This record gives sequence, structure tokens and C-alpha cells, in this order.
Amino acid sequence: MGQDSGDLALFRADIRAWLDENCPQDMRDGAVGEDSICWGGKNWNFTSEAQEIWLHRCATAGYSVPTWPVEYGGAGLNRDQEKIFHEEMARINARLPLQSFGIWMLGPALLQFGTHAQKLHFLPPIARGEIRWCQGYSEPGAGSDLASVQTKAEDKGDHWLVNGQKIWTSYANKADWIFALLRTDRDAPKHKGISFVLIDMRSEGASTRPIGLISGASPFCETFFDNVKVPKSYGEDIPSQVGEINRGWDVAKYLLTHEREMISGSAMLAGSGRSLGVILSESGHLDDPILRADVMRAEIDELAFGLTLERYKDQASAGQGTGDASAMLKYVGTELNKRRQELIMAGAGADALAWDDGRAPDWLRSKANSIEGGTSEVMLSILSRRVLGLPG
Amino acid sequence: MTKLVRTEEEIMLADAARGFLDEAAPVAHLRAQRDAGQTHDPELWKQMAEMGWAGVLVPEAAGGADMGFAAANVLAEEMGRSLTASPFLSTAVIAATALRQISDERARTALAAIAGGARTYALAIDEGSKHAPEASALRAERDGNGFRLSGEKRFVVDGGFANHLLVLARTDAGLTLFDIPADRAGIARTAQAMIDSRDAARITFDGVEATGDNVLGQVDDAMTVLAPALHAGQAALAAEMSGLAAGAFGMTLAYLKERTQFGVPIGSFQALQHRAAHLWSDCEVTASAILNAGRMLDGDPDNAALAVSLAKARATQTAQLAVQEGVQMHGGIGMTDEFDMGFYMKRARVGAEWLGDYGYHAGVVARLRGF
Repeated sequence: MGQDSGDLALFRADIRAWLDENCPQDMRDGAVGEDSICWGGKNWNFTSEAQEIWLHRCATAGYSVPTWPVEYGGAGLNRDQEKIFHEEMARINARLPLQSFGIWMLGPALLQFGTHAQKLHFLPPIARGEIRWCQGYSEPGAGSDLASVQTKAEDKGDHWLVNGQKIWTSYANKADWIFALLRTDRDAPKHKGISFVLIDMRSEGASTRPIGLISGASPFCETFFDNVKVPKSYGEDIPSQVGEINRGWDVAKYLLTHEREMISGSAMLAGSGRSLGVILSESGHLDDPILRADVMRAEIDELAFGLTLERYKDQASAGQGTGDASAMLKYVGTELNKRRQELIMAGAGADALAWDDGRAPDWLRSKANSIEGGTSEVMLSILSRRVLGLPG
Repeated sequence: MTKLVRTEEEIMLADAARGFLDEAAPVAHLRAQRDAGQTHDPELWKQMAEMGWAGVLVPEAAGGADMGFAAANVLAEEMGRSLTASPFLSTAVIAATALRQISDERARTALAAIAGGARTYALAIDEGSKHAPEASALRAERDGNGFRLSGEKRFVVDGGFANHLLVLARTDAGLTLFDIPADRAGIARTAQAMIDSRDAARITFDGVEATGDNVLGQVDDAMTVLAPALHAGQAALAAEMSGLAAGAFGMTLAYLKERTQFGVPIGSFQALQHRAAHLWSDCEVTASAILNAGRMLDGDPDNAALAVSLAKARATQTAQLAVQEGVQMHGGIGMTDEFDMGFYMKRARVGAEWLGDYGYHAGVVARLRGF
């Protein structure tokens, strides 16, 4: 980071002072693991008093969702200010006050496609960590071919009657609400008959079941809708769908792009993370020439990818949109993370094979990186058609 | 930190360079030069000097354009795209950067001669088949007030035609860098026919006389002057390789769209689409490393070594992938001399070796990252 221009220098000083005063010491440990995350929601049990205070103070100042407009619970920061905010957070090792699918996914969708009343109704509770959302996209028969979703919503006048099954709904068993892609017109072409609908998980007929994964965790669920009645409206100018009825695919596509950027930026810490070579040299096996060569290659590629994330961010803030090229970040970033986890396991040898060591679950979890949010193969197809212009 | 985005000026420079090179020095120019048995086009270098390219790193006080390393990388990248052969790297980047480390009248005169296009340089450092300047064995023995150089340098790029040589020699307590006119008695140059149709020479030194005036920097301390020059050269070569990869990829992508088999464009086959998209992704990641190397050399040169080696390693790898995929996706025609892809492949191989191969730079990265 270099010299900020006048206004930004003032802003940085303000943020620094605010953090200094408001971030509890216990929230300055830089923890990023699953156990340290504050997800929020009606059933949320804060893991400490500091976590609760930190969320409350951030939400009051708009810093749980710093770039959202002030009227919807944010702080209205522009990109330059946002960068400074995160730099200052990182400087004191502050934990994020709140993470959720509401912040990552639904919020951006509502900000882009929602009505003013919808935003006022749904966004502030997300910013305050009061409502926890989950995503209802994939189905047993609709994975990479997401637009073939079959969970149906029949028009019953003042409500939709929803029947079907969603899968890979992350943390659905802990969520309060779900945003789901539902088939609202069975006769239209598959992309033109889908709506993006907001559903209360307490609705009668909605149920979830966690799915045990190879990593031993069960963050994903199956979610069932059995004659669930979903009101068409939650109040004046607050429709239960986002965007127009039967145009939910536009919202989904927008969010998928957003999700790709998020996955490549968060799950993959290349460049900003610890040096893989240093991690493995601590385990003492870098004298194996083949392992060492593999680690050197990975180190080079991770550093270059970290610079690429930075370049794409700088391009975006310079007004040069990156659009479908974000599929490249998702493809490269997740493949690199899988390689990183393989090398960490190889470097640790038998030490990492016991469950209580903790490295194996991360390694196993990383295998999903190149599947969730669109597989690597789907990313390559997007790049070849939309960026390279190859015939479909 | 300046942002990792090309500035308006850099975009304009790239456009102007591409316009000029497409006209004056496309791949066909290199082909014609090769067919005529030549490795250097003095007329082309004169034009580049007139545009300020020869003086891209020469201070304005010495008649240069002083545009900085990122700008030099932009020019190198465009020359890579069109496979333009010129003394740009050896003279305008490496020699100019070495001479900039010295603030005396001699260096100023040399820089002015570079900017004017009159003087060309070649870097005579390596003696074996791999880049290893620290292993130089060529001796510079004390002789009165001066030195006598004896030994051999290999893979001296542009060494067949350059009128000055930067020679790395072993002295009593270390390595010393000399700037010697190439026509001095005792120097024998053997130009070699290289796969990339460019100049490289094997040069023997048989008791070549050098005075204290020929020493660049301090005796026994070559690296103070040479290291920044090598970094600049490695970064510009990486930029050239990145441009080369983009050029080869552009040809391949166009071919995927126009070549039909089984009644459809071959670019509609998913097997080829995914390979093309992977290659494009690889080019994008490498482009970030190139941009970063230029920014570091301009903004924080003392700490640029990691960025430079990262760029050279990535660009080497990406260029190799681009030319190999280029030939494979073109099929039989990619193997013909009549088609340009072979020129890209051969230059990529030379660029991979010059100034340090992948392993050399990966080693630098590992050391600087602390493992």
C-alpha cells in the first residue's frame, strides 16, 4: 500500500481510530477457521461475548456489509474505501464480524434486481446477522445443467404451491430462510420458466437432512418441499420472487458469476496466504527433490495467481469490467488450492493421516472447490464460448 | 503501490508499437531475414532509435526517453508478439541499465550512443550451457595499470554484430564487469546459426587488453552494476515471452475458428475448447506477473528480484505451453516451415534458456521466499 490521496488518508485515519476503539481484543486473533466464523441467524449462539459485541458494533456502523448503501444497513463505502477498510482490518488481524450467504449471495442479488421495498425489508436483517440464508439451487437431476431444475411452484392465486427437492443446500439445517430456483412455467424453454423465490424455512412442509461428506463434516443438506405454501407477497411492493416471475435465470446467472469470484477469492488464499514452501520446510520433508520441485512450481503459480486476483480487482475498480473472465479465477484458483492441499498432505506424510491432526479434512474439503459453484469443466466451457468466442 | 493495471500511456505505447511492428517487422520480416542469411537489420534498429525505443531506459540528460521498466516491458511484449528480432534487450535494456548504475562522463557518453542507435551491446557472461554468471572462469589478469582478458564466452546474444561487449571476468578477489569495444585485438567472434534465426556468438578472448576505463563500476564487484541489468533483462525477456505466447495463442485461436473437419469448425470440439481456455487462463496469470515485475523495477528496484524471477519462470512455462499447443492444434500444417508457428516454437526455446531457465528462477523464488 502506498500513499493515499487526501480524502482517503482521512478515511484511513478514521477507520483506524474506529477499529482501535471498537474491535475487542479477542477478535484480533486473525482466526479464519470454521469454528471462528460468526454466521448469525435466529438460532445463532455466539461463541463469546466479544463475538457478539463485535457484530453489534460493526452492524451499527454498517461495517458488517461495508459496501452496501447506508439505508440498507451498510456503510456505503466505494471500492477504494473498501480496500482501505480491509487493509486496516488485516493490519490488526481483525476477524470478519459476520459471514453469510445473505451477505455473499442474496444481498448482491437484491441490490441488483430487488425493489426498494424488498431491499428495505430483507437487507438490514442480513446486515445485523438476524436472519441466516441458504441457497437452493442444485437438484439431484440438475447439477452442471442447473437450468433444468424441476422443483415446481404452481400458481395458486395468492401463493405458490412448492414441491420438489434441492441438494447441496449449504447449512440449510441452520438457515432461517432459503432463496431457491423454482420452475414457475413448465411449458416455457428451460431458461425462461424459472423464478428466484424467497422462502421461510419454517414453512409447513419444508424439511432438511444433512449429507455426510468424505471430510467427515456435513455442511451440505438435502432440502425437501412437500406442498409448501409460499405467499406471492410479503408486503406492499415486496414480492416473494426477486426480479420478474419466470426471469429468475437472469438473477441466478448474475449470482453464479458473483459466487465464482467469491470462491476464487476466499477459499483460495494463494499469494496472500503463507508460503507453501515454508509450511513444508517446517515439516522437514523438502529435501525430497521431487516434492521440492513440485512445491517450487506450486509456489510460483500461487504467487502469480495472487497477483492476478489483485490485477482483476484493480481492473474492476478502474472501470474495466472483467465479466466472464471471473470464470478463469474460479478455475485456476480452485485447481491451485487442490494442488496446495495435496502437497501439504504429501509434505506431512503419516503425521497428517490421523483425523485429529486436522489437515485431512481440509484436504478432502478442497476437492469440492472445483465442483461447487460450477465445475472446472463448466468454467472452461464458459471461457471458450464467451471469452474466446469459440462456437458452441 | 501503483495499480496492477496498464496506464493510459502504457496502452497507447502498446498500440503504437503494435502498429509499427505489424508494418515494419512482422514474422514475415524475420523469415525474409533468415532466408537471406542475416540475423540483424540495422535499418530497423535505426527506426526504433528514432522512435525512442533504443533510449527507453536512457536518462533524458543523455538524450534518452527515460520511460521506465514497465514501458520497456510493453515494447518487449509487442516484439514478442510479432517475433521481431532487434538489439532491444541486449542494448536498450541490459546495457543501458548497467550503464545507468554509473554516474560518470564515460557512462553518459555510452548511454547517449545507445539512445542514438549508433552503439549496440552484447552481454558476454555465460560460459556453459546454463545461465551461471557467478561461475565465470574467464580471467582478467592484472597487467600494469590495466588487465588482460583470456577465456571464452558462449551464447553471447547479439555478440556477432554488437560493437561493444559487456564481459564478466574473474579478478583477484571476485568478478569484474568490463565494457570493451568488440573490435579490440585478441577478440575472436564466431557467430552461430541459432534455431531462432537470431544472432548469438561464441567469443574467445586471447590476452585482450583492458584499461581501468573499461571497468564498469568497481573491480571485484561486478554484481552492483550487473544485477540490476540482469533483472531488467530478465523482466523484459519475460515480457517478450508473454507476448510470444499471446501471439502464438492468437494464431491458434483463429485457426480453431476457421479450420473445419467432420463438417464443423474444430473449435467446436470440447476437447480443443478446454485446452484453449486453459492456455488462455495460463496467459492471463502470467500477464499479471509481467505487469508486477515492471511495477517493482520502477517503484522498488532493490526488492524486485522475486518479482522478476517469478515473471521469467511463469513466462517461460506459458510460452512453452502456447507453442506446443499451437503446433498440436494446427496439426500437420503446424509442422511446416511455410507456416509461422515453428518460428514461435524456436524462439520460445531460446528465450527459455537465455538469462536463466525455469529451474534457475524457481530456485531464486524459493530462496527469496525462505525455503
